[in-house]
Amino acid sequence: MAGDDNIIDRANGDPLECPALAPGVMASSKPYVAAPAHQEALGFPGQLVEGWQEKAIARLGELLESSRALRVYLDSCVKCGACTDKCQFFLGSGDPNNMPVARQDLLRKVYRRYFTLAGKLTPSLVGAEDLTEQVLEEWFSYFHQCSQCRRCSLFCPYGIDTAEISMAARDIMDTIGKGQKYSNEIIGKVFKIGNNLGLPPKALKATLQGLEEEIEEETGVAVRLPLDEPGAEILLVTPSADFFASPHMEGLIGYAKVLHESGISWTFSSHASEAANFGMFIGSTDNMRNVALRIRKAAEDLGVKRLVFGECGHAWRVAYNFLDTLAGPFDFLDPKYPRPQHICEFTWDLIKAGRLTFDKSKNDQIRLTFHDSCNVARASRMGDEPGGQFEIPRAILRATCNHFYDMAPETIRESTLCCGGGGGLLTDELMDVRIKGAQPRMRALRAVADEHGVTHMAAICAICKAQFSKILPKYGFDMEAIVSVHQMVSNAIVLSGSRTGDASDEDDAPDGEHDGGPAAQKEGSGDE
Amino acid sequence: MSAYQFNGSAVAHDEEGYLVDIAEWSPDLALLIAKSENIEMAPEHWEVVNFLRSYYEEYQVAPAVRVLVKEMTKKYGKEKGDQKYLYSLFPYGPAKQACKIAGLPKPTGCV
Repeated sequence: MAGDDNIIDRANGDPLECPALAPGVMASSKPYVAAPAHQEALGFPGQLVEGWQEKAIARLGELLESSRALRVYLDSCVKCGACTDKCQFFLGSGDPNNMPVARQDLLRKVYRRYFTLAGKLTPSLVGAEDLTEQVLEEWFSYFHQCSQCRRCSLFCPYGIDTAEISMAARDIMDTIGKGQKYSNEIIGKVFKIGNNLGLPPKALKATLQGLEEEIEEETGVAVRLPLDEPGAEILLVTPSADFFASPHMEGLIGYAKVLHESGISWTFSSHASEAANFGMFIGSTDNMRNVALRIRKAAEDLGVKRLVFGECGHAWRVAYNFLDTLAGPFDFLDPKYPRPQHICEFTWDLIKAGRLTFDKSKNDQIRLTFHDSCNVARASRMGDEPGGQFEIPRAILRATCNHFYDMAPETIRESTLCCGGGGGLLTDELMDVRIKGAQPRMRALRAVADEHGVTHMAAICAICKAQFSKILPKYGFDMEAIVSVHQMVSNAIVLSGSRTGDASDEDDAPDGEHDGGPAAQKEGSGDE
Repeated sequence: MSAYQFNGSAVAHDEEGYLVDIAEWSPDLALLIAKSENIEMAPEHWEVVNFLRSYYEEYQVAPAVRVLVKEMTKKYGKEKGDQKYLYSLFPYGPAKQACKIAGLPKPTGCV
């Protein structure tokens, strides 16, 4: 690609440097419009309806009625500017419509025109505008350049949640028949086949059996990856990308090894073979509920007692925050455990209890950093302590790898950047947006690569993993520099009775006990 | 809807070049699709495309990248058994680009 050299140049610099303004530079970026079949499967009109303006305004009215928060977000912005330089899509593109305040105003100006007295009487004085075809095109373009990562919201003194505004805009567009192909086609596949990928049960079974054989060949231990086994203690729900892509699948192998060592029976479900819930991306509660109900049905049908989620960022947001509201109560699950639980919580509990043994030298060729996934970082928690969603994945990495270095503090934890592909943007026609949105993260990675020789970056989100394996080479990194957290676990874990385990002198003390704390980082930095 | 012009008839494809009706695929059409992707089909490309098609026939989905890598190793030796080799054949990714040429639907989701 001709532009690649320039992109690699852009990998150097301050990740959060404010760019020169480039008005309209991203205006032509638009996702494909959903086909009638994709729309109708979700209960939306097949194409742009007659009288779409009135219908869009009516839908906005309904959303304002049902969500007081949305009205407050639309009313309360004082244009203070705190959010302007916080969005990675603005930092990477310079297009002022990607300043969160300006993106919100694309909807806010219409809200003012039709729902406020001043906007009805004197629109030009209060920034109110008619909903025209041009405005609709701006919505379709710029509300699909927001990954709903909520980094801007962190800095907003009023706590305006821009993601909610993007979701509302997408809901309105779906309601009038102008949906996004990527998200809507995928939700339809979940309803029809059970997962985003369209992986039928027969293929899923074959994939899992193949992995069982592979693990046994490699370790000598018969680690199972069971499917649809009634009476199992745990139902593991994971993004279907884990059954297909790399490095996702290497993480899946890690879950299986940890569950094997736990001795607790578990199963996947072909009915709920998807953790992702793109209903959230399109702001559709109905679709989000229908996806979530599949997980409830699978849990009930299989009679499981615990529900564990694999590495998927927005799925964990939906699971952690909304699962009970959408598909609860989950009172049939064992109250002794979090309902639901994250696989990182599960693994960390075992590490803390001294139940897992690691040979960290297996990861010695890797110098690692960690990309906090936006939905996990800013919309959920893990464990019992505040900030557990930051500490637990890092503790697992430090327990499994000798060389760990964090990226610049203003780019991680609650201030983390989106990978550039979240919120329904992970589609090829939005590649330009994805490359630009990844720029701040790529710069932060470049800095630790230069300073500490970091070679790999771990993540706990299927979207982040897929996005980075495509984007890393464009910034001069190896495509395989992105790894799953449970891939690191998989590399280092010593399975009971394994050939490796028999051969080495086993240390019963868990590595996590003495290497998992914050001190480990100092120790790691010291060996530079 | 756009179409490949092939043997005097139009074969419909979607916005990204994936066949609308996978039954319309033929090896000659694959050459044409590959050309539009700037790929000159060598025997190595066909090894991948043929495996994808036979896997799809059995499972109604493309194989996982890891499965593809394993199969290539088994059949054609270690030097053809890694992800990077597959990317050297299909720069836009073995899953998506090779599926397009093989006439199969695009793998969707977080991939």
